[in-house]
Amino acid sequence: MAKIVIDGVEYEVNPDNNLLQECLSQGLDLPYFCWHPSMGSVGACRQCAVKQYRDADDKEGMLVMACMTPVTDGAIISIEDEGAKSFRSDVVESLMISHPHDCPVCEEGGECHLQDMTLMSGHNYRRYDKKKRTHRNQYLGPFINHEMNRCITCYRCVRYYGDYAGGTDLSAQASHHHVYFGRHEEGVLESEFSGNLVEVCPTGVFTDKAFSENYSRKWDLQTAPSVCVGCSVGCNTAPGERYGSLRRIVNRYNSEVNGYFLCDRGRFGFDFVNNRDRLLEPVQRVDNTGELLADDQVKAVIKEFAASGTIGIGSPRASNESNFALRAMVGEENYYAGYSDAEHESMQVILGLASDASFHSPSVREIESADAVLILGEDVTNVAPRIALALRQSVRNKAKELADESRIPQWQDAAVRELAQHERSPLSILSPAVSRLDDVASDRVIESLPNVVAMGYQIANKISSSAPSAGASSENDEVIEKIAAQLKAAKRPLIIAGNSNGGDVIKAAANIARALHDESGKSVIDLCLLVPEVNSVGMGLMANSANSLGIALEKLASGEAKRVVVLENDLYRRAAKGQVDAALSKAEKVLVLDQLPSATTANADVILPATAFSEHEATYINYEGRAQLSFQVHQCQKQAQPSWRWICDAKHVDDLVERCCSEAPGFSRLREVLPGENPFVAGMKVPRQSHRYSGRTAMTANVSVHEPKQMEDEESIMSFSMEGMPAQKDASVHASSWAPKWNSNQSISKFQDEVNGELKQGHVGCLLIEREDSSDSYFEPAVDSIEPSAKQLRLVYSYQIFGSDELSARSKPIQARMTDAYIGLSPEDAEDRGLRQGDVATINPLGAPVVVCIRTGIKAGTALLHCGDGKISPADFSGLIEVEKSAAQSTIRGIGNLIVSDFQEEEISS
Amino acid sequence: MLTLIKDTLTSQVVTLWRVFSHLWVKADTVEYPDEQPYMFPRWRGRIILSRDPDGEERCVACNLCAVACPVDCIALQKTEDEEGRWYPEFFRINFSRCIMCGFCEEACPTNAIQLTPDFEMAEYKRQDMVWEKEDLLIDGTGKYHDYNFYRVAGKKIGGKDKGEAQNEAVPVNVRSLLP
Repeated sequence: MAKIVIDGVEYEVNPDNNLLQECLSQGLDLPYFCWHPSMGSVGACRQCAVKQYRDADDKEGMLVMACMTPVTDGAIISIEDEGAKSFRSDVVESLMISHPHDCPVCEEGGECHLQDMTLMSGHNYRRYDKKKRTHRNQYLGPFINHEMNRCITCYRCVRYYGDYAGGTDLSAQASHHHVYFGRHEEGVLESEFSGNLVEVCPTGVFTDKAFSENYSRKWDLQTAPSVCVGCSVGCNTAPGERYGSLRRIVNRYNSEVNGYFLCDRGRFGFDFVNNRDRLLEPVQRVDNTGELLADDQVKAVIKEFAASGTIGIGSPRASNESNFALRAMVGEENYYAGYSDAEHESMQVILGLASDASFHSPSVREIESADAVLILGEDVTNVAPRIALALRQSVRNKAKELADESRIPQWQDAAVRELAQHERSPLSILSPAVSRLDDVASDRVIESLPNVVAMGYQIANKISSSAPSAGASSENDEVIEKIAAQLKAAKRPLIIAGNSNGGDVIKAAANIARALHDESGKSVIDLCLLVPEVNSVGMGLMANSANSLGIALEKLASGEAKRVVVLENDLYRRAAKGQVDAALSKAEKVLVLDQLPSATTANADVILPATAFSEHEATYINYEGRAQLSFQVHQCQKQAQPSWRWICDAKHVDDLVERCCSEAPGFSRLREVLPGENPFVAGMKVPRQSHRYSGRTAMTANVSVHEPKQMEDEESIMSFSMEGMPAQKDASVHASSWAPKWNSNQSISKFQDEVNGELKQGHVGCLLIEREDSSDSYFEPAVDSIEPSAKQLRLVYSYQIFGSDELSARSKPIQARMTDAYIGLSPEDAEDRGLRQGDVATINPLGAPVVVCIRTGIKAGTALLHCGDGKISPADFSGLIEVEKSAAQSTIRGIGNLIVSDFQEEEISS
Repeated sequence: MLTLIKDTLTSQVVTLWRVFSHLWVKADTVEYPDEQPYMFPRWRGRIILSRDPDGEERCVACNLCAVACPVDCIALQKTEDEEGRWYPEFFRINFSRCIMCGFCEEACPTNAIQLTPDFEMAEYKRQDMVWEKEDLLIDGTGKYHDYNFYRVAGKKIGGKDKGEAQNEAVPVNVRSLLP
């Protein structure tokens, strides 16, 4: 710790940081633009100038840029010095010279860092009367609006997009005051993390296009802390509602999970909540027509289903509470897993490993600190996008190491990058096809899936000879040797695998981690096992290992079970169509609870409408076993209720959490995520609306001029009003970040212990799964005896960030980026079958039509199947398929939206 | 004591005289409603939405009036035409809540919302005091005749390209190497 004096007051600060960061950590107001807490300093904007004095006798002092000045013990500085203040005011005045008179028609207005900093620096009247430079805008796709006039050239966008997120299609162009930030030509921004530009840009150059269509000012959005339901990472979000519809999602800081950034699926995939097709009333099928159910009829139906002979099918996209309520309703032995049998099997392996004390499931922040990474058979960017962004940071650990050696502070962003050039920490990817992370990979091996698994076993064997080896060709021996050595030498190695293609990869990954554990003497090894959906782990813990979906469907088809309750799940995406058809037609009565109509609801006898993620309070468990609480943001306008409320008589979500803690094994710590026993003054609740919320006495006046009473929230510590204890006092229920003088999201530093630290009183979630003893047994490699014939191809499922997730695929902005179901083939395989890019092909045995996508980066003999938005069920196919040209030629979306990064593989024209 | 009595009497007599003398003075009040009083142009009465000199809606749906309103009686929703011009999809004032404070007019960056000298807004039904955009929007510029926000703002709209607003240079050619 170093002691410095700022304006006569002594502070204890961290000497590893720069002055700006420490001033903000101390809660002082110092304007800045180009610095960003996660991207370090470049000193581009000159806005954070302060006076630094040599010693107590020095009365003159000198101006320094706080973000470029290291903290030194005994330093004396002044923020309030007149010289520094007038310098800052002059700087912002010159930055504003060409800024257009746009604030009223700018989406950033009211949460604009530039507005805040201009005011804070004391510039309020335009003196310059010459002409403003103007720019033409570009079309940047369905997510982002471009308004280049507003740019103040802080360079944050390109530093984030290129340096941080690895995007290649946004750059700084032209020179002097003509500098332009855009693509080389108009087009969709390719990066999966482009949405963060909205929050990174300090002004309104990049704004949220989807939000702009249903725009509302930040102060008018009713907001609560929420958790993204797009994938299993569980990023923290702050959704905002106005006039009964969900308007946007922004990032909510969680030091352990998502930090400052979200992926585009998370940011733009919420629109299904506003979908016109939402199920909103309880309906019963009577002679093939729907009949609305009254309250007592619903009760009768539930009573009927509560009798014996009912089975329940859970859902990996429903909350713990809903899954638990279903389990409590039908009994543990009648509660079945709601994902495919293959996933169920691999989930058992994952859960077994999750309680092994030799391993640690790293949080996103911990992934960023890994210094050697091996990805085995998984396309991380499409399965768990936020982790891919973290991996891009992990490869920079080499640069940080080099910087330490050269005694360059790590926050000196430009210097560290210049020093490291292309030196990166090792990141090896073994998979059947190219991935979007390949550009930062040190080694990339494209092999068929069984070979990837075999290589995994071989790496484990190379690390520790006690690990079993698998026979495979020797052509990759060199790489195997190299990866084994890298992992062994690393301080914090990390193995990543996932269950999108079965459990074999996971077993191989576990063997590598165990071998590392045995050999290196480290107490735990980071093993990150990815699952596809928001609560896959939660439902996996809830369901008995013997209760797979296949067995449930069999019981229904055989008549052993008479009735079935399907919880927020489309079974046709989970099991083969014939199997589901047989089960549902045989069942006497089918009850489906869901948010949107699906193939399953079409076969239901009773449909009860369930609320979407933003309409109820719920807990979810992410890939690492972290339980997180998501608050209700707004009320559902119609009759939809949380699924648990339909099927059990609990009054309160807290009651269910308590019951879940005591009754479901593995959930005993779930109650820790609930906010503490009324920590607030005089029992006041935390308002969901900002203190500037407008229009209360007019928003419903067109219906009736007599304003209804403010809705009460019996359930949570938050209220649907402006009144109560402001969230500013307690960050654990802190959704919309705001502090006096700081209207933009940059106000987050006011709520952190220190910059980039934990939120004050904030809850980072709670790791549920206790790791007990470690078993030291290795998995034995399974022998893959199936050899494809000449015509057959080995099937590998390919996830797509836009489209693979069932709910986000019903959102309009995401749909604009989706592709049709496609089959990815290597050029050789395509040529053998006479297929060309964009053709329609059929997959046998089944005859499902798919678009052909030929890529050089796919292993010959492997077919990559993306199922589109549920038209093809992955469960309809087994390991080997045949592909042939189809007569049909029409496709809806085609594969034009697929991003093939040009420097990874040559483009194949159709 | 004597002085006190004298002063009191004088004061009362003077007061009586003053009151009496007003019998011949012209009345300040008028026989409303038979006779209409003169209203000062800056009187804070009925709120209107005005149009710019080109006849387009001035309101850009920036929401500043709504947030300035101390009784929260203004609600609106932004929408956009095909060429990027912002305007309110709906704009509602609940006059049964309005206190005619004029903060909305002060907050308005485009001079769209203005208070007028009209005060005759009584209704028999309270519901009738809820006014929508159709009721509020007038066909003129109101008190401020010349201001046109979009002529000053940098945003491109129909009929005004980039670089055509006040004090704007022509758009930069990014590909040019010239200084």
